[in-house]
Amino acid sequence: MAPANRVPDQRAFALLILSAAVTLVLHAPHLPLWLPMPAALLLLLCWAFRRRGRRFPVLARYVLVLALPLAVVASYGTIFGRLPGAALAVGLLTLKLTETETLRDARIVIATSAFVLMSALLFGQSLLQTALVCVALWPLLTAAMSLEPAAGPTRALMHGSALRLMLALPVALVAFVLIPRLASPLWGAPGMQVAKTGVSARMTPGAIGQLLIDDQPAFRVGFQGPIPARPLRYFRAVVLWHFDGRSWTPGHAALPLERLIIRDRPSRYTVTLDATRQTLLPALDIPVDTAPGTFSTAARTLLAMRPIDHTLRYTLESATDYTLSPQLVPDERTLALQLPVGADPRARALAAQWRARYGGNSRAIVASALRMFRNGGFRYTLVPPPLGRQQVDDFLFRTRAGFCEHYASAFVFLMRAAGVPARVVAGYQGGYANRTAGYLLVRQSDAHAWAEVWIPGDGWVRVDPTAAVSPDRISLGATAAAQTADAPWFLSGWWIGFRNRIDVVNRLWNQAVVGFDALRQRALLTQFGLDPSRWQSVALALGGALGMALAVGLALALREPGKRGDALATGFQRLERRLTRARCARRPGEAPVAYLRRAASSLPSPAATTLMALAGRFAQLRYGGTQPPPPLAVRDWVRKAKDFRP
Amino acid sequence: MNPEKRARNVAAAVHARLLRRHPGLRSEQASESLPIILGQRRIYVLPSSFGVGFGGVMLLMLLGALNYNNNAALLLTCVLGAASAQSMYGAFRSLHGLRLVTVKPGPATAGGPVRIMMGFEASLRPRGPLRLVAAGASHPFALDREARATISITLHAERRGWMHLPALKLESTWPFGLFRAWSWVHPETLALIYPVPEDGGPPPGRAGIDAKPVRLGRDSGEEYAGLRDYQPGDPPRRIAWRASARSDTLLFRLHESPPAQTLWTLRWDELRALDPERRIMRLARWVDEAHRDGREWVLELPQQILGPDRGSAHFHACMTALAILP
Repeated sequence: MAPANRVPDQRAFALLILSAAVTLVLHAPHLPLWLPMPAALLLLLCWAFRRRGRRFPVLARYVLVLALPLAVVASYGTIFGRLPGAALAVGLLTLKLTETETLRDARIVIATSAFVLMSALLFGQSLLQTALVCVALWPLLTAAMSLEPAAGPTRALMHGSALRLMLALPVALVAFVLIPRLASPLWGAPGMQVAKTGVSARMTPGAIGQLLIDDQPAFRVGFQGPIPARPLRYFRAVVLWHFDGRSWTPGHAALPLERLIIRDRPSRYTVTLDATRQTLLPALDIPVDTAPGTFSTAARTLLAMRPIDHTLRYTLESATDYTLSPQLVPDERTLALQLPVGADPRARALAAQWRARYGGNSRAIVASALRMFRNGGFRYTLVPPPLGRQQVDDFLFRTRAGFCEHYASAFVFLMRAAGVPARVVAGYQGGYANRTAGYLLVRQSDAHAWAEVWIPGDGWVRVDPTAAVSPDRISLGATAAAQTADAPWFLSGWWIGFRNRIDVVNRLWNQAVVGFDALRQRALLTQFGLDPSRWQSVALALGGALGMALAVGLALALREPGKRGDALATGFQRLERRLTRARCARRPGEAPVAYLRRAASSLPSPAATTLMALAGRFAQLRYGGTQPPPPLAVRDWVRKAKDFRP
Repeated sequence: MNPEKRARNVAAAVHARLLRRHPGLRSEQASESLPIILGQRRIYVLPSSFGVGFGGVMLLMLLGALNYNNNAALLLTCVLGAASAQSMYGAFRSLHGLRLVTVKPGPATAGGPVRIMMGFEASLRPRGPLRLVAAGASHPFALDREARATISITLHAERRGWMHLPALKLESTWPFGLFRAWSWVHPETLALIYPVPEDGGPPPGRAGIDAKPVRLGRDSGEEYAGLRDYQPGDPPRRIAWRASARSDTLLFRLHESPPAQTLWTLRWDELRALDPERRIMRLARWVDEAHRDGREWVLELPQQILGPDRGSAHFHACMTALAILP
């Protein structure tokens, strides 16, 4: 049978199944629930059929091929996009294995597996995921090797493919650094169907609740100076002005940039923000400048020009001792006192009481609200009871249980009702300070909401009503404050500590690999004296590096080991070459000693005597009593042979 | 013309042009003496069709990773690319330094198969499996622990006489099948193809040589001694039909004959009525019969006279002489 039609043997097929299974496992977390188990079962069936030398039933295959796109459409409504695409690709890969009968089919499976493996990284590029996908190349390459005729034992194949993967790493790294990055995508922006992560520009009490149990890293901050103390780590992301009775939103009014008076030296830091698919950029307290590609809102929070769909690094300076907006402009005052019409009468009545008691003394009103939260039977919990229509009233007078959003919302409502300008700020608070690596890790569970009230003379002042209820929230973090009863088992105890400590690896990964974009590539290449604005120089560097890799590969490929092992043979070969040049070539099949003697007979006398002596000595060394021949004698012979001139 | 056919024509044109420009790629080279050593100058490496397809997939992966700014995917693509590029070296290294040391053609008659044993040697380093492509058939093989391999290929012998071996292609796609390294070898060894004995026809001596006509037949008075496989040229009358029916092959009755006393003199000149090829076939059959019956015979050819003698050596000498007659 011609080689192109040779059926992959049982071992090759098993390896193909294995690599498809690994691909399936890596995709499983984001596949629809109905897909992974049946696909795994199908792979097992393929293997079983193959083992018994039978083919997969054709009819069943057709039914499955037809059913797959229908099922994908049924769960996503479309077959386009990242998630449906992944489901379809994994499904088709599995189905392809039901008809892998020829070498060509097997190779299609290998190429498809490689592509589908790569697509798993579109759903997350953490160190762990990338490492797993790279390890998944192992069975894939082993399968490719097993397709070769007379391939040898499986162990040797596994070794061979592992060795080649290892050898590939350094070259891959060089290519990775030098391949020019695109400043803007060639085609459509990546799919945005994935749920937004991080603090969003809309606060409906209860929404951050999802974040508080999300233990993903949100961003990491490297400080040039010391890491600020925990109670000072307020990262503002968005200021919410408008309340409609249910949700807080930024509002749409165009306000002038608030005036900032700085009283201390701003601290400088670099934020590495994981993709959020939003434009909000958290910044410590009040940033005094903006990073490239970002701009400042009136309330001095930062926004990116485009949704952040990959890891972003930005460096900022922030003030922590300052006066923001010493004078309130009329538009700002109107917004900061806005309340939904007719909502929450009991809260309004309470605020009116305070207003009547303290008059224009905003500080006293703030203090009485905080006192109420502290002493009024309020409780911090991540799983609060649901609230009714009159949200604020319901919270303040009935449930009295909630987390930062509830407190911030109710507090700002009370302030506004009492005539004190106030606004909600959403962002992050706290984080884990990794002292050894010198950076701050902020997780999604550190999301927080607090208030800012405007006090004549002091400007906008931060007030955190949650701190009044649960000082632990500020000093220990949300999960600790909510006690272990509320937290899932995997967020408790040593595991959190372990994860925080191990995070330094992820940070390095994010900085060095995931966040290596066009800008950072430029910076790096400039350091090596390349001019990245000229594509020629980058192409030259890439071409040069790959050419060098090719040359090194060729040099290694041409290396023939074992020659230096036998000095006597090498010396004899040199002598033979020399005699051949002197028109005295060795005849086919002629023994070495006979050849030397024959050559000697055809040479003039002094050379002939020397050569005869060399021949005799060679015979002694090669075929004499002591084997292997003594190295010193061999070296002596080699030297004499080297000096010989016919 | 359908597109597939057109593509094939274009490929053929490109191939022809490539061969014109690069004679080393051509399979028709001058033949070489053994041992043939595969050095770097005669090994060619190009991506296989799988390699081209896989390269396309990797290009897609690269574009996707760059477009989505996905550095993890880019890194993966780089790792895969660097690993696949090693296929180029693996294929080259499987061939590099390989020596074809022996070529031994087996006995063959014209029109039949000829088995050729080829011995390979190499240095002791690990080396991927290879394929020997001869006359359209591919023979995969791997070197053993002592870096030796002997493989046999079967060719078709068309004519009697010295047969040149076709150019043989040694190739390897080790390890991933993405690149194909190949080298043409053209050993100068010749295979001797004996003439095919005539099927049927008269026995020798009809034209009155020396003895009375030899009768080949049931009643020749010889003792039945056993069976052996039928070979072309055996007289069909001695086929053991009954025994053959019980077996897969035709069987031929052997006769325990005391070495026939009569000397056969087989003369070229006596067969003047036939054309030279027919003459050779008839003489070959007579030689074959004489040898099989254990006779003594003389073969008189235009330039030489062989014998009288009997036995294997004489038989082979006669067949060789017949094979190489012009």
